[in-house]
Amino acid sequence: MEKNNKYSIIIPTYNERLNIGLLVYLIFKHLRELDFEVIIVDDGSPDGTQDMVKQLQQLYGEERILLRARPSKLGLGTAYCHGLKHASGDFVIIMDADLSHHPKYLPSFIRKQKETGANIVTGTRYVKSGGVHGWNLMRKLTSRGANVLAQTFLWPGVSDLTGSFRLYKKSVLEDVINSVVSKGYVFQMEMIVRASRKGYHIEEVPITFVDRVYGTSKLGGSEIVEYLKGLIYLLFTT
Amino acid sequence: MKHILKILGLLVAISAVWIGLLEASIVPSSQAWLLPVYLIVSLGCYGLLMVGIGLMFFPTCPQEAQMLHKDIAEAKEFLKKKGLDVGLD
Repeated sequence: MEKNNKYSIIIPTYNERLNIGLLVYLIFKHLRELDFEVIIVDDGSPDGTQDMVKQLQQLYGEERILLRARPSKLGLGTAYCHGLKHASGDFVIIMDADLSHHPKYLPSFIRKQKETGANIVTGTRYVKSGGVHGWNLMRKLTSRGANVLAQTFLWPGVSDLTGSFRLYKKSVLEDVINSVVSKGYVFQMEMIVRASRKGYHIEEVPITFVDRVYGTSKLGGSEIVEYLKGLIYLLFTT
Repeated sequence: MKHILKILGLLVAISAVWIGLLEASIVPSSQAWLLPVYLIVSLGCYGLLMVGIGLMFFPTCPQEAQMLHKDIAEAKEFLKKKGLDVGLD
């Protein structure tokens, strides 16, 4: 008899009042029969995100929607750690709150893990059946350049290093996250590279990524420098 | 083993081959000296080629944005019906 797995979905939020409602609806729509919980780690959003979450708790039940807030913006890595402490599932899924990660892919992550017994399943935007929408040429160029650099020098074993739509076995996430020190998106890179070096079985599934932050380019010169520093750091410490 | 050590190991192996070529005179000495330069230039060209190809065939999904709009509308409809405040954002 197959044991039923429970999935904990950790979503860090900051000012996502409307998006978190939409996201939770879509999660419930696509994960109907499965045993899961949604852990929302809100960093003191001033826009009423936590009020929305409380309303969602009334609608879907407090055993399914957990609000584990923090007083202020304390960073992504610590948000995952915080959520992890309250996770009661065997598997942990991390995803973004702004709907760039669509819950319709959740079943494919879970299926892939069941089929292969993988420790980690990571979403990749850079394969044919995946893709990105909302990036201009410059953004695509930096993304591709960064990827080629990383593949050439780091041999990471995955095609999408900075992605943050991932499923981890809970024990694996706990193990890897404790050895990671980076911040921002380099954090995601360090997570997957360390996991790869530790010999964990990593599988990929294609995902589509709709960038909803049109116009506000999050990729300036300082991000590029941060990336290169991250790459060098990973070269020497993993 | 740290990754940088693997890369250094690879460089040492390549250097050994290069020195071997210099000593064994299989390749004319004057050209053999330039082999590292050729290697680096080739690596650079390969990198640029990979970036160019990747850019040309960058996977995009314009229809996903449309589908997302539909999903958002459906979600808003549902939440509004249940009394949640999904106004102005």
